Amino acid sequence: MITLNNVSKTFTTKDGEVHALRDVTLTIEKGDIFGIIGMSGAGKSTLVRCLNFLERPTSGAVLVDGRDLSRLGGKQLRAERRNIGMIFQHFNLLMQKNVVDNICFPLRIAGTPKAAAKKRAQELLELVGLTDKASAYPIQLSGGQKQRVAIARALATNPKILLCDEATSALDPQTTKAILALLREINERYGITIVIITHEMAVVREICNRVGIIGEGRLVEHGSVIDVFSHPQSQEARELVLRNTGENHDLVETLETKNCVRIVFSENSSYEPVIANMVLKFGAPVNILRADTKNVSGIAHGEMILGLPEDREIARGMIKYLRERNLAVEEVTGYVG
Amino acid sequence: MWDKAVIDMIIRGIGETLYMTLASTLLGYLFGLPLGVALAVTDKTGIRPNAVVYKLLDFISNIIRSIPFLILLIVLIPFTRAVVGKSYGSTATIVPLVVAATPFIGRMIESSLKEVDGGVIEAAQSMGAGPFTIIFHVLLVEARTSILVGATIAIGTILGYSAMAGTVGGGGLGDIAIRYGYHRYQADIMFATVILLIVLVQIFQTAGMYISNKLDRRKR
Repeated sequence: MITLNNVSKTFTTKDGEVHALRDVTLTIEKGDIFGIIGMSGAGKSTLVRCLNFLERPTSGAVLVDGRDLSRLGGKQLRAERRNIGMIFQHFNLLMQKNVVDNICFPLRIAGTPKAAAKKRAQELLELVGLTDKASAYPIQLSGGQKQRVAIARALATNPKILLCDEATSALDPQTTKAILALLREINERYGITIVIITHEMAVVREICNRVGIIGEGRLVEHGSVIDVFSHPQSQEARELVLRNTGENHDLVETLETKNCVRIVFSENSSYEPVIANMVLKFGAPVNILRADTKNVSGIAHGEMILGLPEDREIARGMIKYLRERNLAVEEVTGYVG
Repeated sequence: MWDKAVIDMIIRGIGETLYMTLASTLLGYLFGLPLGVALAVTDKTGIRPNAVVYKLLDFISNIIRSIPFLILLIVLIPFTRAVVGKSYGSTATIVPLVVAATPFIGRMIESSLKEVDGGVIEAAQSMGAGPFTIIFHVLLVEARTSILVGATIAIGTILGYSAMAGTVGGGGLGDIAIRYGYHRYQADIMFATVILLIVLVQIFQTAGMYISNKLDRRKR
């Protein structure tokens, strides 16, 4: 379990102070796959580095399984880091060492004898499905293979926590899916708590059970992925849910001027033709701007963006009508930007 | 004129040049490698930033590198005499060569180590690696190719310096070129020594590049 209490991080640059994190308080439970999402520059990379003290918070406490990292000395902190694996966007493998030696590296740091380290590396290569690449060098591997090696390396010392800093951002969508599947398998098989930093809502939807949203250094919202996806509370969350990795930039722009709502159907939504009945009831047409089905934590969720009639009275009535039928309704108008 | 005495002298000159160059390079790395590591590690982007240590080492390195080698050679005569007992000959020349080579080598090591991807260092830190592990198992290993390329350049430079030392009785091919070519107007002997110097530099350059390429794992 990881607990952050009022963690702040301020960098002093020549242009003045930069508040990368402001008063973040958060608990990540054991076995969680916790997503931390935010726009670039929001402070999420700083946040993940505070979890293993690669960055020391300016104030506040980080507790890992009850141990306050700020109270550990250099040697104790290095020992603690063996319980916290980390993978990176650009893999960060040792380019002059082959795959096996890369995986053995953390074990050698921990003082594991060579033979035992090799044996452990072999097990890990089986886990990540790269037994045939044992003596290859990183340059000979594809991006997905490099990240698998990095995962094997991060798991070598049997950590309880795995931190992923934009681990799939340099990969194509298919490889991303495969890597996320591997991470989920690791989480299920070994009960390792995984913290995923990403700017892609798709990654969070695919794999995380809980999510925290970071905006301008603050944790603006956190909760279960389904809740945040269905009922985003903060402006940042709505934007991320809607923007969906940049594919809807134009749509978002047009929505600013229209009287729109986003509705989410969960699996228990009735099979009643809600939209059609609503149109019949109010005698006014609605414009379906987008309709989609998304897999959120393994459950299909329908998502639809409707342009409501300009008449405020009718629009309000429609929103009420939809809410009465247990649909999550978010007003879209005017919040973007 | 190309009698046995001259040929023997040239062969001895090659031997002395190689002796000065290789011994100075070796000793230069003995001092320059730790200097370079210290510079890279204590710089503000390094793993143990320390402005005082960095500024001090930086300042000393710059001072030595600012002094033209010929002048350094003369300035250091008392020191050379204290170390090896005399101020002329090949062994004595090694002293100023090492003094001149150390900051030069230190700078090249520093720049090689700074080429190492910060992400890889961060990854090692995330695994719980301490500064010594990072220096010996990450920095020096990952920068291996670049360090060897630097060593090749260093050998070439030191060989050139050793020839310069010939002007003040340092021995080696430079000494022969000065004494015969300049003082006795025997241009043919001077050309022979120059060609030999070119050949030596070519051999070191080719061998150095071959080894560094051979050891680089970043090739498919």
